[in-house]
Amino acid sequence: MTTNRRDFLTTAATAVGAAMTPDLNQAHQHDHEHQAVPSDLALRVKALESLLVEKGLVDRAALDTLIDAYEHKIGPRNGARIVARAWADPAYKQRLLTNADAAIAELGYGGQQGERMLVVENTPQVHNLVVCTLCSCYPWAVLGLPPVWYKSAPYRSRSVIDPRGVLREFGLDLPADIEVRVWDSTAELRYLVLPERPADTAHLNEAQLAALVTRDSMVGVAKVAPPQAGVSL
Amino acid sequence: MNGVHDMGGMHGMGPIRQEKNEPVFHEPWESRVFAMYIALGAWRKWNIDAARHSRELIRPAEYLRMTYYEKWFAGQVELLVKSGLVTTAEIESGAPAAGTGKATPPLTPDKITAAMLANRINASRNVPVAPRFQAGQRVRARNINPVGHTRLPRYARGKVGMVDRDHGVFVFPDTNAHFLGEKPQHVYSVRFAARELWGEQASQKDSVYLDMWDDYLDPA
Repeated sequence: MTTNRRDFLTTAATAVGAAMTPDLNQAHQHDHEHQAVPSDLALRVKALESLLVEKGLVDRAALDTLIDAYEHKIGPRNGARIVARAWADPAYKQRLLTNADAAIAELGYGGQQGERMLVVENTPQVHNLVVCTLCSCYPWAVLGLPPVWYKSAPYRSRSVIDPRGVLREFGLDLPADIEVRVWDSTAELRYLVLPERPADTAHLNEAQLAALVTRDSMVGVAKVAPPQAGVSL
Repeated sequence: MNGVHDMGGMHGMGPIRQEKNEPVFHEPWESRVFAMYIALGAWRKWNIDAARHSRELIRPAEYLRMTYYEKWFAGQVELLVKSGLVTTAEIESGAPAAGTGKATPPLTPDKITAAMLANRINASRNVPVAPRFQAGQRVRARNINPVGHTRLPRYARGKVGMVDRDHGVFVFPDTNAHFLGEKPQHVYSVRFAARELWGEQASQKDSVYLDMWDDYLDPA
């Protein structure tokens, strides 16, 4: 193992600019086939973690806690609660649009010293779309970690030059008279789209409204669909 | 730097692949790379801008081929060696150098609270810096082509927009990424008409908003 581990780390050290095995990329292209044998990269990551733990640079339990937080606690349900509150409470919506950080903190998310948040509102006249063309900036506190497509070259490259084409790919064909605003997250400000409240939802309470709100609608690549007939909420 | 990471407006990248019921991480190693990055950040040996730049330095062909967390891993190794937290010799041997004491990790499970995670990136600065522009003012993005880190995308350089709002004072990435100081200055949301950026093919109604530092802008 020692010899292998050295090889793995040496490869990792020269990864910037060096060739790496294409196996994982292939797996992504083919809908995440799962491999029976650990990939070379998985072993390199393991070797680095072992080295860092041995040196006392990271605490393995802290890594587990971080992973658990982003797998189970921080995700788009946070954002959905914010959207539902804004739909249900006009005063909250006003606070959300004028001082998003404070309004989001009211529901227990975000932080006053972290990335600043901005909430942009979709209306019958305006549709907002969020992207980070330079890397992968995304409002982690309210939506969790971004999906692969958000971080991908196709989305990052085209959202700014052809937002309507991108939206069509997501199944949203916007009429020409709707104004599209694209927000390219170039600084430490994170954007959340407040989608339009769908029709036929006057009878729903806040929790039922939140259940309708999708991650994609809060990035701006989709609208929130009205409750399906016959589906009990 | 004029790298391939600066993708806004490029063609030919293919269709957007959506995945139904996508997991947060596709493989356990991805989650380990992610968590190591957060945990190592607690050493405060680098900053968010330096971390972004470490990924921008990946050669273009590799950058396009690698999956997301492969890029994070490559950037992480680069940061560890450059910062001195890990030596090249240790990377080569796979074990701590003989005679080095064991450090105490700054990030332990008890410190991982919702507030800590939400406040991880702190780039706004409460210092009195006068704004150079105000909402409603016409500005032109500078035509700069630095070889180092910048958050001014190529597609906006030289283009004229309108300041929509002043976000306040923030650390300047172009210097901070290279440990040359925070140079705090105002950041504005600047609205560029889609036709200013892309010509007549774009919709007359559409626009792109970018967050721009004072040092990226001139009056227009």
